[in-house]
Amino acid sequence: MTVTTDLVSYDEALESYDPVMGLEVHVELGTRTKMFCGCSTELGAEPNSQTCPTCLGLPGSLPVVNATGVESAIKIGLALHCEIAEWCRFARKNYFYPDMPKNFQTSQYDEPIAFDGYLDVQLEDGEVFRVEIERAHMEEDTGKSTHVGGATGRIHGASHSLLDYNRAGIPLIEIVTKPIEGAGERAPEVARAYVAELRELIKALGVSEARMDKGQMRCDVNLSLRPNGTTEFGTRSETKNVNSLRSVERAARFEIQRHAAVLSTGGTIVQETRHFHEEDGSTTSGRIKDNAEDYRYFPEPDLVPVAPPREWVEELRTGLPEQPLARRNRLREEWGVGAHDMQSILNAGAIDPIVATIEAGAPADQARKWWMGELARHANETGRPLDALPITPEQVARVTALVAAGDLNDKLARQVIEGVLAGEGTPDEVVDKRGLKVVSDEGALTTAVEEAIAANPGIADKIRGGKVQAAGALVGAVMKATRGQADAARVKELILAQLGVEG
Amino acid sequence: MSDHEKNQRIIRLTAAEIAGKIASGELTAVEVTEAHLARTGAVDEKVHAYLHLDREGALAQARAVDEKRARGEKLGPLAGVPLALKDIFTTTDMPTTVGSKILEGWIAPYDSTVTRKLKAADVVILGKTNMDEFAMGSSTENSAYGPTGNPWDLTRIPGGSGGGSSAALASFQAPLAMGTDTGGSIRQPAAVTGTVGVKPTYGGVSRYGMVAFSSSLDQGGPCARTVLDAALLHEAIAGHDPLDSTSIDAPVPPVVEAARNGSVAGMRVGVVKQFRGEGYQAGVLQRFDESVALLKELGAEIVELDCPSFTLGLSAYYLIAPSECSSNLARFDAMRYGLRVGDDGTRSAEDVTALTREAGFGAEVKRRIILGTYALSSGYYDAYYGSAQKVRTLITREFQQAFDQVDVIVSPTTPTTAFPIGERVDDPMAMYLMDLCTIPSNLAGNAAMSLPCGLAPEDNLPVGLQIIAPATKDDRLYKVGAAVEAAFVERWGHPLLEEAPSL
Repeated sequence: MTVTTDLVSYDEALESYDPVMGLEVHVELGTRTKMFCGCSTELGAEPNSQTCPTCLGLPGSLPVVNATGVESAIKIGLALHCEIAEWCRFARKNYFYPDMPKNFQTSQYDEPIAFDGYLDVQLEDGEVFRVEIERAHMEEDTGKSTHVGGATGRIHGASHSLLDYNRAGIPLIEIVTKPIEGAGERAPEVARAYVAELRELIKALGVSEARMDKGQMRCDVNLSLRPNGTTEFGTRSETKNVNSLRSVERAARFEIQRHAAVLSTGGTIVQETRHFHEEDGSTTSGRIKDNAEDYRYFPEPDLVPVAPPREWVEELRTGLPEQPLARRNRLREEWGVGAHDMQSILNAGAIDPIVATIEAGAPADQARKWWMGELARHANETGRPLDALPITPEQVARVTALVAAGDLNDKLARQVIEGVLAGEGTPDEVVDKRGLKVVSDEGALTTAVEEAIAANPGIADKIRGGKVQAAGALVGAVMKATRGQADAARVKELILAQLGVEG
Repeated sequence: MSDHEKNQRIIRLTAAEIAGKIASGELTAVEVTEAHLARTGAVDEKVHAYLHLDREGALAQARAVDEKRARGEKLGPLAGVPLALKDIFTTTDMPTTVGSKILEGWIAPYDSTVTRKLKAADVVILGKTNMDEFAMGSSTENSAYGPTGNPWDLTRIPGGSGGGSSAALASFQAPLAMGTDTGGSIRQPAAVTGTVGVKPTYGGVSRYGMVAFSSSLDQGGPCARTVLDAALLHEAIAGHDPLDSTSIDAPVPPVVEAARNGSVAGMRVGVVKQFRGEGYQAGVLQRFDESVALLKELGAEIVELDCPSFTLGLSAYYLIAPSECSSNLARFDAMRYGLRVGDDGTRSAEDVTALTREAGFGAEVKRRIILGTYALSSGYYDAYYGSAQKVRTLITREFQQAFDQVDVIVSPTTPTTAFPIGERVDDPMAMYLMDLCTIPSNLAGNAAMSLPCGLAPEDNLPVGLQIIAPATKDDRLYKVGAAVEAAFVERWGHPLLEEAPSL
């Protein structure tokens, strides 16, 4: 991609212009079956193996609404402090694309299930910013096109395309913000924090795993600039499918710089969709939207209106989990960590694993130490999120229990974790198989201590002479001899006792 | 008695009689099927009722019924009775073309709910009948596979869109047939062929597997030569279907019981002022007036009704039906099934879709897609689709007010008798007028029947009497229909169809 785009520096852009953003987030619900048929939503199946007449749009097929999908939509709406429609309909959004089996998407138009809400997000420095929510509506996902033969994987230059309809009909909730104004230079940060907070909320509700890397959550960043001090919105660009938190921030930043460059030289912004490029954080022009595409929306005649009973909505409201932001603030106090550390824990995706590990009996600091240390490193190295590691919070708690009981020392504990991650079994099984118990056989230890003293007479003399700190060298020798399986504190005691010195 | 004579007698039996004779052992299902297949062999070259005949499948089904009886199993009320299935219901063992080139040879991977129910009832499906392409038309001339002749006069139309089904009944190729009615496609063919056709209440018969024309109007229903036969078929195919969200979740109205106990004594029968006037053939009005007089003789009270919005029905219909069809037919894009034109390895998917739709759809289908696409476009939606929906509401309300005063409404089914093939092909408006009296019931979603009420004196062609009942009161159609039928047969000395030429 060798498109050069004129940019001005970020600071310069903000000197003259005020950014206004709109964020549209699509969340794939984690329902067992699709939105309008009984097909599985499991990821990773053989292409087109999870399809039926309905999600393939075969002639004569009809949709039936997934009740769990509606329930999830209402939960999301409630958690976003939205009003829940007493009566709403699905609508058909008509346009042709080969990965859309019916050539219309069953969506919602002017009657969304949830509307008029907000989400409070916390920025790095603790400032809370309120993002107003316009609406959240239900719709279905499209299939997936793979363009083959071109250099870029895009349709341009491809010799043919492959279509996989397994994704077609997977329930989506589209959450649209009202124009986000007043964020100023922090707009990109707000965008990122909003998507991050929304993700936490979705996960807390248990309605989706909201994995951006798996496309379960996708974000479009709409952005416009207006001269500082003015109120009228400028022309916006729509950057599509920005699929990581970092990218959301970068895309907003890039567009601010690009718009400013165009506007400051007297140019006009073209209303268009733009593609985001992960490699360099840039965007390039996609489809021009001058004569805005006409989707010919009309109420879906194959479905009856959705009219959630009020008692049900209230029941769902009562069952909502604690808001993630409030929860983080509570945990921060309970764990005694600072805002910055909590942010790191959040960014690492470690909150839930740590909470679960504590619930399984581990002390808070130990749980944090393992998930943010050894396990975070492993997750990084293997490119997996923490909660996808092949170790459970219960297993981590078991390791901390073994350490607390003196059965393992820190070094051995790390080896146990390593074993569990390598698929060697539970912590106890790894301990057994690898023979990782701390050597507590006094006879064996005493022999090792005697050998170490005999091999290091000079050091022994120093200790006898009162230089107790020299015992460290002998402890090291014993640990080496026992391949790390001794309890170092006990070894030191034995050495001092042998040499007749009080510790 | 020769085989030929025996067959001649079998094919003139009613469905109820056939079922009785099979159950009693007087006839075998195989004999019955063979008699009808022989009839088709003799006359269908002239009539062209069928698009596809399934000899082997039908005989196998018939044999299964005979074996069932031989094993002493109880047979259902239609076991072994042959049926002609409109080529709009999906079948796994025969092609489903909907009268269109775009689906030529397409074999559905699933049976429609109606097909499934017919098979479960041991009905013998002989084949698939001709129809206007995608059920768009009133003459069956819009079939991509050539027109069907009216058995009363092969140079005339058998009605449409279900002309194949009505012609199969009127030419004694089957005692039962299935139709679908979006604006009159069951009732109008019944009227012009001297047969009985019923459009059940919208939602009474599942639409699952019925290739959609206009989802909010389409309704499958029974076609037969007698009111009782229609009721027996109605009962077999009706009922709630979880695969069709718009299907009614309530017991099927007692249609068979009503058909066996015909009576109008003490009933209030409405006659709508707007269902006569300019464009109505004199002989049609004459037979209709005689029918009203007959109803009076039979003990009904006649009430004149004023329903001014009914005159807007045709216009509203020709906005709603094309709008929905423009969306329903978008799926025919050459990507997954059906015709594919121009895929030479160089053309884009978009071009292939365009070339396929150009080649695969007939003129009337294209006309309606274009009309509907226009009516739904932004800026026109309110004026067209929106206004049409308002008219629909008005018509529904006027029906409600009418049914506050009367039990049923009667009218001519069509303004004229069957017209010559080719007469109206270049005048869509003249063609559309055939559905003037039938359309209001589709817009309101209530139940309506057409049954023969004599021959128009000027052309000796059948005239249909339409009976309309409130939604979910389908049984009233049969109660009134059976009484009228019995009185007419008594007056004529035989069923009307006996006056049809022998072919």
